[in-house]
Amino acid sequence: MKLSTSLIASLIGLGLAVPASAQVIYPLNRAEILAGSKFDLKVEFPVVVGRDKVSVTLNGVDAVKALGGTLEFVDKEDGQDASSYLLRNVTIEKAGSYSLEVKAGDVSSKVNWTVFDTPKGKIAKNVILFIGDGMSVAQRTAARMLSKGIEEGKYKGDLAMDDMPYMALVSTSGSDSVVTDSANSMSAYTSGHKTCVNALGVYCSRAKSNLDHPRVETISELVKRKQGLSVGVVTNSEIEDATPAGMVSHTRKRADYNDIVRMFYDVKPDIIMGGGSPNFLPKATLGSKRTDEDNYIEKFKSEGYSFVSTATEMRAASQGGATKILGLFSTGNVDGAYDQKFKKGTTGKFPDQPDLAEQTKIAIDALSKNEKGFVLMVESSRIDKYAHSLDWERSVYDTILLDNAVQVAKDYAAKHGDTLVIVVADHTHMVGIIGTYNDDLPGTTPREHLETYQNSKFPDYKPDANGYPETVDLKRRLAFSFGSYPDHCFDAKPHLDGEFAPAAAGPVKGTYVANETYCTPGSVKVVGNLPTDANSGVHSADDVILTAMGPGSEMFHGRLDNTFVFRAMTTALGLAKN
Amino acid sequence: MPISRRDMIVAGLLSLATFPSKAVATTAEVLTFDTLYESFGVLGLKFSAQVLALKGKPVSISGYMAPPLRAESDFFVLTKNPLSICPFCQSDADWPLDIMVVYLSEASPLVTAGAKVMVSGILDIGSFIDPDSGFVSQLRVRNASYRKA
Repeated sequence: MKLSTSLIASLIGLGLAVPASAQVIYPLNRAEILAGSKFDLKVEFPVVVGRDKVSVTLNGVDAVKALGGTLEFVDKEDGQDASSYLLRNVTIEKAGSYSLEVKAGDVSSKVNWTVFDTPKGKIAKNVILFIGDGMSVAQRTAARMLSKGIEEGKYKGDLAMDDMPYMALVSTSGSDSVVTDSANSMSAYTSGHKTCVNALGVYCSRAKSNLDHPRVETISELVKRKQGLSVGVVTNSEIEDATPAGMVSHTRKRADYNDIVRMFYDVKPDIIMGGGSPNFLPKATLGSKRTDEDNYIEKFKSEGYSFVSTATEMRAASQGGATKILGLFSTGNVDGAYDQKFKKGTTGKFPDQPDLAEQTKIAIDALSKNEKGFVLMVESSRIDKYAHSLDWERSVYDTILLDNAVQVAKDYAAKHGDTLVIVVADHTHMVGIIGTYNDDLPGTTPREHLETYQNSKFPDYKPDANGYPETVDLKRRLAFSFGSYPDHCFDAKPHLDGEFAPAAAGPVKGTYVANETYCTPGSVKVVGNLPTDANSGVHSADDVILTAMGPGSEMFHGRLDNTFVFRAMTTALGLAKN
Repeated sequence: MPISRRDMIVAGLLSLATFPSKAVATTAEVLTFDTLYESFGVLGLKFSAQVLALKGKPVSISGYMAPPLRAESDFFVLTKNPLSICPFCQSDADWPLDIMVVYLSEASPLVTAGAKVMVSGILDIGSFIDPDSGFVSQLRVRNASYRKA
């Protein structure tokens, strides 16, 4: 229930109690907080209250005394008729159950937090976290079918990510909504707190500025501050995109790329690799997307980073013994595995882009020079992006790409048993394999060519040495189906020359219609099942699969909230201890 | 609904307003998105010699009108391919780098969003921040008009 400020004021005027929900406390109720990690406490009052009328206590002790820090009491937050209470950068050192109680006159509210310890101490020296962005069960199944093959119902091999001793279902909903996005979900993995769509490393309060929301500490900040570990962030998206940004960022809005570049610079992960160079270039440079004259490539260089922009330069930096590398390989996203293999996408402009598996090897080589250990996050980002664009072959090639990178980490972990390896998606798409399409069947439309149940014979994809089929343009191929889509023209054929763009801007502002480029003979016009302002598929709220190996991986079993991934990583690293 | 003679006159005047003047049309050099840049790399872009030579001169270029900010405006963005911005897989600030900002000679209804258009006007290069929207551009066609291509 929502109450307007004026109604609440009237209720107070009448001496009536206001529901506890009228005050909002961050961290939220049932938050799990790592002992010794930093967070901001914020209490939002629905009306203006006097400082002297407010009592905030933690387990009965005044919060300022219990938590330390300097109280910021804001009489009128952002000029609104509402007061706020803020304690920034506080910590709770002792594990246990905590109640934060707020009283303002007759109005009170309470949240309960669990502060957790890491009782085993440091049992893992290193953590390697793989994120298959948007990787749902169907992409995994298809990746296995395409790269390992299947005969008489039995696969000829496992994916590297399949062959791990521990598995769990992970739930991904955010604090605000059933369906999450990559910012919110990565924030849960890197901070242990659930937040809302588009937010990174902050709770979504009512603050007007994206940078003023209550912050929670990320794993990158924690391992650098408490243990002096090295940190790596490797992706094939723009480096400022939500998943890599989640390693370092505190902002309400993931689209704030220029702020996110600054946050990378503030935290200084030792290895930073991805695309998205324009937000590093000063405004005066043609192609820059900055609004100031800061040159972040030069800033990183002056901090001892080797800057590389091609795979060749990356190898040279590695061979030269670099321990800090900033690699920006594209102005946008790095091309996915399909486009790199078949020289499509932007490979004409950027002919020497790296491969995620090789990047993982180079990142591990550099980070493992730190004797204290490292945390490395590797993301295969375009599994998701291609699922948005309903381009399943590219999505599955990038699932195979992720798996090749996982194999590199497993090879390292085989020799370094103190390494925890985790493979997980951040959310799902509504995808499934419903059979095969067979062009030899009569008719021209997709449904006439669809084979289901006993007619869905095993297609003959022929993988190369890296597991990528030499062609996806088979007469009999998988029928990989998307459950959410905009208007589009569908011909059930692979998009050999470029990523599918199902919808284009329509004549009515803010709406999308089928992209006529694909409305060719043999295609059918599919009426979208999404609102008309959607131009691509959307995420789904289904649980994701997590597999893990190495010390601490036994914590993963059953069904878990996504925040538990942070808990397991920090427990394995013993991060509650100094 | 039958079209009245008056409607036809109004329509004719409107289409005249959005067509290039004869002087510009006859002398305009045709640009394409593929020849705007000499190099396009991680460390930035370089304009082609053709673009540098045409600064301040009449040009025409065809492309796609990006979904406009307002229904009627003197400002829109021209892109090489039809734009479909994904709100969650990309940020709303994530325009392609090779865009052309178009300033029309007068505010016009932008009815052709998503359609291919031919723009004619005076080429302007260099960093410029739109005073209304804050949109930063490096390449513009000013005093422009457009028609469906």
